[in-house]
Amino acid sequence: MDTISTAENHTEMEQVIVAMQDPDLGIKMKNQRLLITVIPHAMTGNDIVEWLMKKYSIMEEEALHVGDLLVRHGYIYPLKEPRNLVLRPDESPYRFQTPYFWSSQQWPASELDYAIYLTKKNIRKQGQLIDYEKENYNLLHKRINHTWDFVVMQAKEQLRASKQRRKADRIVLECQEQAYWLINRPPVECLTPRLSQRDRGKQSNTKCEHSSRMCPITHITKRTLVRVSGLAFQDGRGVEHLKKALGRSRVKSSICLESFIKYSEQYFSHDPMMHGCPPSNPWITDDITHWALNTNTVSTPTKLRVERWSFRFMELLSDPLGRLKFMEYLEKEFSAENLCFWEACEDIRHGENSRIPQKVSWIPHRQFLAPGASKWVNVDSKTMEKTLEGLRRPNRFVMDDAQMHIYFLMKKDSYPRYLKSDLYKNLLVKAIAPQETKRSVFPFMRRHRHSSPNPALVAQALEEDGKAKRLGSPRITSPATSP
Amino acid sequence: MLRGSSAVAIDNERNKHPSDVIAAASAARARRSGRVGLATASRSTSDPHPAEMATHELHPNDTLTTLKMESENLKAKLEEERAKLHDVELHQVAEKIEALGQFVMKTRRTLKGHGNKVLCMDWCKDKRRIVSSSQDGKVIVWDAFTTNKEHAVTMPCTWVMACAYAPSGCAVACGGLDNKCSVYPLSLDKNENLAAKKKSVAMHTNYLSACSFTNSDMQILTSSGDGTCALWDVESGQLLQSFHGHGADVLCLDLAPSETGNTFVSGGCDKKANVWDMRSGQCIQSFETHESDINSVRYYPSGDAFASGSDDATCRLYDLRADREVAIYSKESIIFGASSVDFSLSGRLLFGGYNDYTINVWDVLKGNRVSILFGHENRVSTLRVSPDGTAFCSGSWDHTLRVSEEEGI
Repeated sequence: MDTISTAENHTEMEQVIVAMQDPDLGIKMKNQRLLITVIPHAMTGNDIVEWLMKKYSIMEEEALHVGDLLVRHGYIYPLKEPRNLVLRPDESPYRFQTPYFWSSQQWPASELDYAIYLTKKNIRKQGQLIDYEKENYNLLHKRINHTWDFVVMQAKEQLRASKQRRKADRIVLECQEQAYWLINRPPVECLTPRLSQRDRGKQSNTKCEHSSRMCPITHITKRTLVRVSGLAFQDGRGVEHLKKALGRSRVKSSICLESFIKYSEQYFSHDPMMHGCPPSNPWITDDITHWALNTNTVSTPTKLRVERWSFRFMELLSDPLGRLKFMEYLEKEFSAENLCFWEACEDIRHGENSRIPQKVSWIPHRQFLAPGASKWVNVDSKTMEKTLEGLRRPNRFVMDDAQMHIYFLMKKDSYPRYLKSDLYKNLLVKAIAPQETKRSVFPFMRRHRHSSPNPALVAQALEEDGKAKRLGSPRITSPATSP
Repeated sequence: MLRGSSAVAIDNERNKHPSDVIAAASAARARRSGRVGLATASRSTSDPHPAEMATHELHPNDTLTTLKMESENLKAKLEEERAKLHDVELHQVAEKIEALGQFVMKTRRTLKGHGNKVLCMDWCKDKRRIVSSSQDGKVIVWDAFTTNKEHAVTMPCTWVMACAYAPSGCAVACGGLDNKCSVYPLSLDKNENLAAKKKSVAMHTNYLSACSFTNSDMQILTSSGDGTCALWDVESGQLLQSFHGHGADVLCLDLAPSETGNTFVSGGCDKKANVWDMRSGQCIQSFETHESDINSVRYYPSGDAFASGSDDATCRLYDLRADREVAIYSKESIIFGASSVDFSLSGRLLFGGYNDYTINVWDVLKGNRVSILFGHENRVSTLRVSPDGTAFCSGSWDHTLRVSEEEGI
């Protein structure tokens, strides 16, 4: 049972369980009849679901889900079908597991304890154990044979003690123990039962699946480094860091939070989950028109797309089509060298490490920064000095300052002018605004789901064609040029 | 038994075992308190950081306490400073906007093919392909739209906890218990064994928990159980920058979509979420309000904030300019941890995959839950919204991946 493997949620589950057992606000427990025996302190599945619904103001489906998890983790066990750890929202009787057996107690379900339990069962049932239990019993018998006398003696003692108890108590104790071992030694071929309503009638342990026993790995992998010994080192560093943090400038919450509202409103109609997706969401209708209309090589972009370029400069630059259109505009204005420079810098920053010296040497210097260069860019003197200094020891960040400078130059100057230009306005006018198709048009027809060329294939083909890359342009390796 | 005595009975029962074998139980409990330590000792393959070792030996106990005290004082002061500019709550600001209506979520594709728990997935930029990795070492590339499997790689290790699709769509990166991150170029030659062209890029001293390509195929950012994050050059395998500061395993990371593109956030078992400068390796901001491990971090689309999902069953929103936590997404009926979070395209919705097998959808601005999706048969381990926001994919320990969409009615 994989869900057992993390102990983190046990406190929360236990809080729920304790609340359920509160004498005033908890579930009203009563005696429940199990065949001819009367079990005290029990409740029905219905009681549990209703209490959860009321306490957490949730719907029945969710309450059933939560209750079911509690049963599966062994905090509540069924009396009627003790092997079936499932919550039934009916009159089936359930009982709270004794805290001793709570998973959070974490006393490892040792082989010895399990052996004693199986031996008891074996004696009681006169050798009629269930398959997997029989297997385990035999395995244990072999493995801890040296203590088998102790095991048998303990088992007999416990059986004798339990015979002296009242029948109701005996049944309860047996169910408790059984539930505990079902969780800690689940049948090897058992999947956690399905949560859907319609499966409730079926026996959960008839579904077979690969074992998903308690996995020590998750527990270990998430806790390998609780560095207690490194605390001094950590705190030394931490103090420095905190001092720095105290000095940082902050913005008022009201301003920050307003910006979220604005952002969400601005992008509302662009969010397929909020506003639908013209003409239709491909995942719903199996129609890929939406993707076809928005590729990087489409001749006429959609209205939403062109609109989005006006939201912020980064939107324009990060859309390859947007960048292309922007470059066209800049070329008309004879100020394309800024964008070329920016692209060259991006290429250096994100390109291969080994090619940096080569790129750095001839692209920026020769083409952009040297006075009289063919694509000279207007960088302020301070930045220029710093950059030229840095070029002597080229690394991937050497162009950062210059790149930033040019970026903000474009953002403040060229970008707003572009948005006001005829070129952009034309795009907006000519842009496609597909109608949203009503899904009900093809209610029963299932469209063929077209496959698309693998981006790796497209890239391979491009390389094989030996397409020369434009000087200074970044490696626009955007996938899926056709849907 | 009187009903009133049930609470007392519970406490007493904690120490009473129905059978008479007490010795084994108490010995086991003694072992329990040292259990984590044992596991650590046997599992940890890393040598302690040299500086750590030195500090541990040189600094006597009282220096440790004074450092701790100073640290506590500064933390308190920091919280004071942060609170000064906090003049309004998010849900108050959000009062003026309309509440979201009803949402219907439907699973549109179920991808079956993994033989074991799915641990991680990532979308390709073409909006329809995904890569997923699982416990049995298999990494599969799917065209989720047609549900066809296009590539499959078997890693030499189990528990492949991290995988990522390259921006060009030409390669995938993955890693896990092998402590490495490897890049596999995707070849379309059916006869070619993908494993042959594998490139070992990252080397950590403990398991790899997350990996992500930066803006190109040439660099990878990784986070590891050894408590560090690192930036690597794919071609040479060279370590470009390392990020130290977490006090425990780092479980997740996300790159900032900002203009300058130079920061990322990471979350760890030390309950901290740290924002790092990729260039200098410095931690520029740190948030510690979660009560348990942070399993997942994701930036808000504008880059001004990020959300986190944690084992404490809450998701939280942190604003980077206000330098504080600004929202908590939780409900009393949600008692299991959130393993994975992601935003819808506009940032209005926050999707959370939880360990109780469900996916909860939150209204980021108003703070309430708008939808819940049942469907997975085991815990949801990974969740990502597609690049164009048309759908989201969730991977689970039930061996499947599901692509679902959310529609307002």
